[in-house]
Amino acid sequence: MEQNFDLPEIHTPENLVYTKTKVLTDNVMHYCPGCGHGTVHRLIAEVIDEMGIQDQVIGVAPVGCSVLAYNYFDIDMQEAAHGRAPALATGIKRVFPEKFVFTYQGDGDLAAIGTAETIHACNRGENITIIFINNGIYGMTGGQMAPTTLPGMPTSTSPYGRDVKMMGNPLKITELVAMLPGTYFVTRQAVHTPALVRKTKKAIRMAFENQKLNRGVSFVEIVSNCNSGWKLTPVQAIKWLEENMLPFYPLGDLKVNGEMVSK
Amino acid sequence: MKELRLMKGNEAIAEAAIRAGADAYFGYPITPQSEVIEYLMAEKPHERTGMVVLQAESEVAAINMVYGAAACGKRAMTSSSSPGISLKQEGISYIAGAELPCLILNVVRGGPGLGTIQPSQSDYFQATKGGGHGDYRLIVLAPASVQEMYDFVKLSFDLAFKYRNPVMILSDGVIGQMMEKVEIGEQYPRLTNEQIDELYPWATTGKKPGKDRRIITSLELDPGRQEQHNLKLQAKYKKMQEEEVRYEALNCEDAEYLLVAFGSSARICQKAMDLGRAKGLKIGLLRPITLFPFPSKILHELATKVKGMLTVEMNAGQMVEDVRLAVCGKVKVEHYGRFGGMIPSPAEVLHALETKIIGG
Ligand SMILES: Cc1ncc(C[n+]2csc(CCOP(=O)(O)OP(=O)(O)O)c2C)c(N)n1
Ligand code: SF4
Repeated sequence: MEQNFDLPEIHTPENLVYTKTKVLTDNVMHYCPGCGHGTVHRLIAEVIDEMGIQDQVIGVAPVGCSVLAYNYFDIDMQEAAHGRAPALATGIKRVFPEKFVFTYQGDGDLAAIGTAETIHACNRGENITIIFINNGIYGMTGGQMAPTTLPGMPTSTSPYGRDVKMMGNPLKITELVAMLPGTYFVTRQAVHTPALVRKTKKAIRMAFENQKLNRGVSFVEIVSNCNSGWKLTPVQAIKWLEENMLPFYPLGDLKVNGEMVSK
Repeated sequence: MKELRLMKGNEAIAEAAIRAGADAYFGYPITPQSEVIEYLMAEKPHERTGMVVLQAESEVAAINMVYGAAACGKRAMTSSSSPGISLKQEGISYIAGAELPCLILNVVRGGPGLGTIQPSQSDYFQATKGGGHGDYRLIVLAPASVQEMYDFVKLSFDLAFKYRNPVMILSDGVIGQMMEKVEIGEQYPRLTNEQIDELYPWATTGKKPGKDRRIITSLELDPGRQEQHNLKLQAKYKKMQEEEVRYEALNCEDAEYLLVAFGSSARICQKAMDLGRAKGLKIGLLRPITLFPFPSKILHELATKVKGMLTVEMNAGQMVEDVRLAVCGKVKVEHYGRFGGMIPSPAEVLHALETKIIGG
């Protein structure tokens, strides 16, 4: 193509340090600018690429903002009903024990409507990977209260802030699944700084590698932002996440190689 | 040599599933069909054929496990009874929307609500008119014997894969629980993963290098494309209506009065017909085997030959609506029903025919 700009050519082999992962499609993501979903998609795609398992992975998309996740991953995928992804993943893994199976779920999907499916897939020790995006809100439907919404946090269905007496407490489902004998690796990560992105990628890699061991569920929570639902700019949202979400949902491993991590 | 066994209807379903080469069963106990999973667990199908059997945490989970396995091109099934089938409706709608083949057995008990554990046919509407949300249909087969419970399992899988559509066997507590002689068929092998890849280009089996990825979804946000998807589904249901209607017609050639009944009611009607014929009444019996697609055409034809029809159902009058639609006012159609687990006797049926149709 004719170059009209007076710019130096930068796409030289020695400069090419970062490209689109081949496990992501060319489709333009629909996520809001600043949203964590896109970052986590990329990390999962990189891990699949680096492990060389693109032809052996079956992913399950949830209902939530990531309902169209299957448009972005260049792998075979199934779209589940709201909350049922771990049941689909169970069905897939039971008939294809040699394949890599993962679910990608939001907090409403995984910790409200799908609580039973989550707990029981974890308790049975299904040999799958669960990627859990906790943004403390229902993003897709316009910012309603989630099971993970913080006490006092305003949402469209808790406009004066979550009143725990009336609306109940936020559910720390990651702590809960870590207690179950069927989980092998349980960790809580975040993706709002480059260092955390690198750590999250390591965790996702381990969560996929673990499937080779057949030891149970690998569960990766990612504390993320929903700047649209939170009604904040992306920069404000990250600050809010650090100041409010992380004290309540502290980062780090909860269970590694089937052993609880003592704090 | 034919292999004959004395079996309960529920056990026949389970044995037939193993023999049909089913890959997976997911279920949750509920009376009167728990023998299906109990039989499977006792038989260790994992050792016999490699078939997976798993007790799920709920009917909701079970049907979604079926979704996951079916989307992999595997022969997956579940079974339940009425309250559990209500819970499965969400999943069944998704499975129909995503065009996945699977088998769902409903051993119907009386409702509404927790109702009774006794037999009933009160889930006819739910089974034949969709059941869950959205415009969709299941192929619905109604067995009237333990042998048909057995035979319809393989037939269901064949139809499910032919149309990429869920198939329901609509049975009831009588057929599920009663014991009859069953001729056991051959053991069909489960398909290999290579065969699945070859036969089912839609199945999510892992993206092949250089090939397009496969997506199983019921979501289409673009209204134009969603309409196209719906039209495609409707065309499929129309084809079923043209090609898959099954029924049994007994003594219909000279019949003046017609009993119309499915499942265990048809067994009772057969006896009622014999009682009536012994009295010189020319009674015939039309037994729909497929409840969807419904045998409307034959009923329409018979409407010009008989003086009246009586549907006998263990419900408040559900199939009678489809019979009336089929005969289109040509002939009188009445309904006789018992509910709540009450089973009509042949004499009762004959009396109903005599008072509602013959004398009426
Ligand atoms: C059975 C059912 N109930 C409700 C909905 C509406 N709904 C869609 S997404 C959603 C919540 C999604 O929130 P979350 O799982 O936290 O994901 P996010 O959008 O925040 O990524 C709800 C309630 C639905 N699609 N299906
Ligand atoms: S609504 Fe929230 S979760 Fe959804 S894409 Fe936007 S920022 Fe992300």
